[in-house]
Amino acid sequence: MAISVTEAAKAGVPVLLQGNEAVAEGAIAAGVRFYAGYPITPSTEIAEVLSRRLPEVGGTFIQMEDEIASIAAVCGASLAGAKALTATSGPGFSLMQEMIGFASMAQIPCVIVDVMRGGPSTGLPTDPAQGDVMQARWGTHGEHSVIALVPSSVEECYTLTVEAFNLSEQYRTPVIILSDALIGHMREAVTLPHPDKLRVAERGMPDCDPDEYDTVSSTIDNILPRPPLGSPFKVHVTGLVYNRRSGAPDTADPATAADLGRYLREKIYHHRDAIVRVEEVEMDGAEVAIFAYGSVARSAMAVVKKARAQGARVGMVRPITLWPFPTAAVARMAEQVRTVIVPEMNIKQMSWEVEAAVKGRAKVVDYGRVDGELITPEEILELVKPEFYYHRWEDT
Amino acid sequence: MSALVDEQRLEAAPEDCAPPRIKPHTTAEIRRHLRTPKTLWCPGCSNGTITRALIDAVLGLAIDPEKLVVVAGIGCSGRISAYLEYSTVHTAHGRALAVATGAKAADPGLEIVVVMGDGDCAAIGGNHFIHAARRNVDLTAIVFNNSIYGMTGGQTSPTTHLGDKSTTSVYGNVEPAFDLCELAHAAGATYVARGTAWSYQQLVNVIAGGIVHKGFSMVEAMAVCPVYYGRFNLTPDPAEFLRLQKEHAVPAAKFEDETRSHERYPIGVLHHAERAEFTTGLAGLKERAREAGHA
Amino acid sequence: MPEPTASARVELRCSGSGGQGILLAATIIAEAATALGRRVVQTQSYGPEARGGASKAEVIIAEEPIDYPEVRRPDVSLVLSQAAYEKYAADTRPGGLLIYDSGLVEADPGAAGVTHCGLPFTQVATDELGKKVVTNIIALGALVARSGVLPADAVEEAVLSRVPPRFRELNEKAYRLGLRLAAGAADAETTTKDGLTPTTAPAPGS
Repeated sequence: MAISVTEAAKAGVPVLLQGNEAVAEGAIAAGVRFYAGYPITPSTEIAEVLSRRLPEVGGTFIQMEDEIASIAAVCGASLAGAKALTATSGPGFSLMQEMIGFASMAQIPCVIVDVMRGGPSTGLPTDPAQGDVMQARWGTHGEHSVIALVPSSVEECYTLTVEAFNLSEQYRTPVIILSDALIGHMREAVTLPHPDKLRVAERGMPDCDPDEYDTVSSTIDNILPRPPLGSPFKVHVTGLVYNRRSGAPDTADPATAADLGRYLREKIYHHRDAIVRVEEVEMDGAEVAIFAYGSVARSAMAVVKKARAQGARVGMVRPITLWPFPTAAVARMAEQVRTVIVPEMNIKQMSWEVEAAVKGRAKVVDYGRVDGELITPEEILELVKPEFYYHRWEDT
Repeated sequence: MSALVDEQRLEAAPEDCAPPRIKPHTTAEIRRHLRTPKTLWCPGCSNGTITRALIDAVLGLAIDPEKLVVVAGIGCSGRISAYLEYSTVHTAHGRALAVATGAKAADPGLEIVVVMGDGDCAAIGGNHFIHAARRNVDLTAIVFNNSIYGMTGGQTSPTTHLGDKSTTSVYGNVEPAFDLCELAHAAGATYVARGTAWSYQQLVNVIAGGIVHKGFSMVEAMAVCPVYYGRFNLTPDPAEFLRLQKEHAVPAAKFEDETRSHERYPIGVLHHAERAEFTTGLAGLKERAREAGHA
Repeated sequence: MPEPTASARVELRCSGSGGQGILLAATIIAEAATALGRRVVQTQSYGPEARGGASKAEVIIAEEPIDYPEVRRPDVSLVLSQAAYEKYAADTRPGGLLIYDSGLVEADPGAAGVTHCGLPFTQVATDELGKKVVTNIIALGALVARSGVLPADAVEEAVLSRVPPRFRELNEKAYRLGLRLAAGAADAETTTKDGLTPTTAPAPGS
C-alpha cells in the first residue's frame, strides 16, 4: 500500500480497506496495545495485521495456545493496564464464553470480535452468518449484561472498534463486536476520521488514596477506573461474588450477591439510552419497516431505495448496538408501521426479540437464511410486496 | 530430558542449582502480608504452611509488595488470592497461567507468582501449563499438589496415584499420575523444584529460587490433605501424614538413578537452565518492528 | 457494452483458479477507483471444495453509496480458466463484455448480447515477457482498455504502487502489453445481430 492507514486518516484521503484490517487499524487508533488470539477463518487477518502493527507502536501481540488462553491473556493484560483485544469466529467464540463471563463478573474492560461464519461446529468457515447474536448475549453462564455492536460496513469496522473500547472502558465491561465473513473480508473505499477527531476514552487511575478506594464510587470523567495490578491499590480481582464496594469475596450473604448482580446489570441497562445506537433510514411516514443489522442491512438498504423510488413507503431500522437490545427504537417503530420485516442470516434469533418489543402493535415477518449466502434485496422485496397489496410494482 | 527443539538450551552446572537461603520471619512479620488471618482451609491442611513459605520467600528477597501480583486458579489453593495483601487475581479454573502470561507481557515490570492446584494446573489447565513452560515466561508457578480435588470433595486428579481411592475412584484409580516436575521440565520450564510441607525451610528456599530465576519457574509444593486424600488412602492424621511425607521425600542430591514413585521422590532443585525469556524476546521484537516501521 | 456514465454502478468480476492473481487484479482496480474518489466495494469467494475449483473476485464502482455489496450480473467479466468460464460466464449482463484467456478457455458465445473478447494472456506472458506470473496484469490492461471502466493511467498507477520496486518495470511492461493487445482485438472484432463472434487476436510479434 502506497500510504499507511494512519497517514490516510490524517490526510483525509480515501483508502481501500478490508473489514478485518479496519478492525485492526481501529484498535490501534483506540489505543489498543495488546492482542492475544488463535488463528481462525474468517477472522485471521485481524491477528495478522496486529502482529505487524502492534510491535510498531510498542504493543504486544501473542498467538496463544487456544481461544480460552487468548481471552484469559486479554483479561490479564487489561488488568495490568493495557487496552486489550481478541478476535475469533464461532467455534473460538464458544471457547471464550467462560472467560467472557469472568470479565463480566470481575469488570474487566476488553473487546472481543466475533467474525461470524456458518455453524454450528466447523460449519461454513468462509461464508457469512449471523448465528452468534444470541451467543453474544447469553453465551456465558449466569445472569450478566453485555454490550454488542454490529458493523454494516468497513468504515464501521473501524469506528465501532474505537467505540467498543470507549464503552468497555466507561462501563468496565467486555464489549463484543459482531462482524461476519462478508463484512470482514470485503474491501471498501473509506475516508477515515482524523485521529484528532476520534473520541478515545483513556484508562484512568482513581484520584483517591488507596485506602479510600471504592470500586463503585471512585470515578474519573464518568469512567469507572480499574487500578492496574502492581499498583499501591493492591486490588483483588475475583470471579466469585464480591462486595461491590470493597472488592472482597463474599459468597455467604445473599444480600451481597443480590447487590452485585443488580449493580452489574444496572451499570449497563441504566445507561441504555447513552449506549444504544440505531440508524433509521426513510422512516418518515414509513408504513412498513425492515429491521436489519450487519451485512443484511446492506440488502435492506437497497430495498428501501427501490421501494421509495416506486412510491412505496418502506423504511429501515438498523441496530448498530444489538445488545442491550434497542427496545425503545423498536417500540417507536411498532407504533408507526403496520409490518416489521426481520431478515437475518439465522432462524428467528432477533425476530423473537423484535416481537417481544413490538408487543403485538405490528405484524412481524421473519425471514431466515442459513446457507452461507447473503440475503438478497430481491428476497426482501418479495416480503415487502404483499404488505402493499394495493401497490402496482414495476419490474425491478 | 526436554521435549523442546531449542538450540539455545544450556544445561547449568549442578553447583548453580542451590537456591537462596532465606532466614525465617516472625509471625508478626508474616501477618503484615495477609489481608485476613482466617482461611477456609481444613485443620491439618498444608495450604497455610505453603502460603507462609511464599510470604517468607517474598520477605527474604525484599520484594516490593506493591509490585507483587499473585494470580491463582480455582480450588482450595486458589483461595490464597483473597488472603494475601498484594495485587491478587482469582481467575477461572485452569486459566491462571494464561491470565498471568497476558499480565506479564503487558507489564514486564510485574513480579508474578501463579498459584495452582494439581487438577487446576495439570488437568483443566494442562494446555496453558505446557505452553507457559515452552514460552519460558518469567513467572513463578507454585503447584499445591495434594493429589486430589479437595474443594469439590475428594475426586481423582491427574496426580492421584494408580490404585488410590477417591470419591470418583471407589474401586481404585486405574490411571497413572503425572510427575509434574518431569512434565514441566519436558515442556521447557527453566527452573523446576519440588518441596514438601514437612520440609518447610527447604520449601521457602526453592520458592525463593523460583522467584529469583528469570524464566518459567515451577515449584511443586507437596501438600497433605488429611480430610480427603489421607482419609481415603494413607492416614487421616495430619501429623502422621507429614511424617510419611518426610519418609517419602529424598533430597535430590541423594536421589540418583532411582525410579520415582509416590513413596520415594526427589525434593530440591531438579532442573535449572538459562534460556531466552519470553518478555525479553517480545521487547527485542518491538525494537526490530520499530526500526522496520521507521525505515 | 455499456458506456459507464458518471452515475452508473459498474460491476466487474475476475474469475479463474487459485494462483492466477485474480484477487490482485480486482484489488488493483478497486484501489485505482478508490484513488479517483469513487465508491468501491470489492469482495471475493474462495474455497475450492465449496465452489467447485473456480474462484472469483469482484468489484463494484459507483458514484453513490453502494448498498448490496455482491455482484450477480457483472457488466464486465474476466475469465482465466475453463472451470470459471463454465461457472460464471453466463452471469454476464446482456450488453456486457466478457474477456477471457483464449489459450485456456474454450468459449461458446451463446449468451446473446455479450461481447466476447478472447486474448492469449498466458501465452503472451510466457512468450513476450518470459513470466507467466504477470498474466493477470496483462489481462488487467486488456480489461481496462476494452471496458473503459477507469482511465488507463489511473490503473497503471495502482499497478505500480502495488508491486515491489524491483518488479515495477516488469509489471509496467505487462500492463501496457495488455492495453495494446486489447486495442488490436478491437480492430479484429466483428459482431452479428443475434450474437457475437468470439475473436482471438494473434499475439503481437507471433
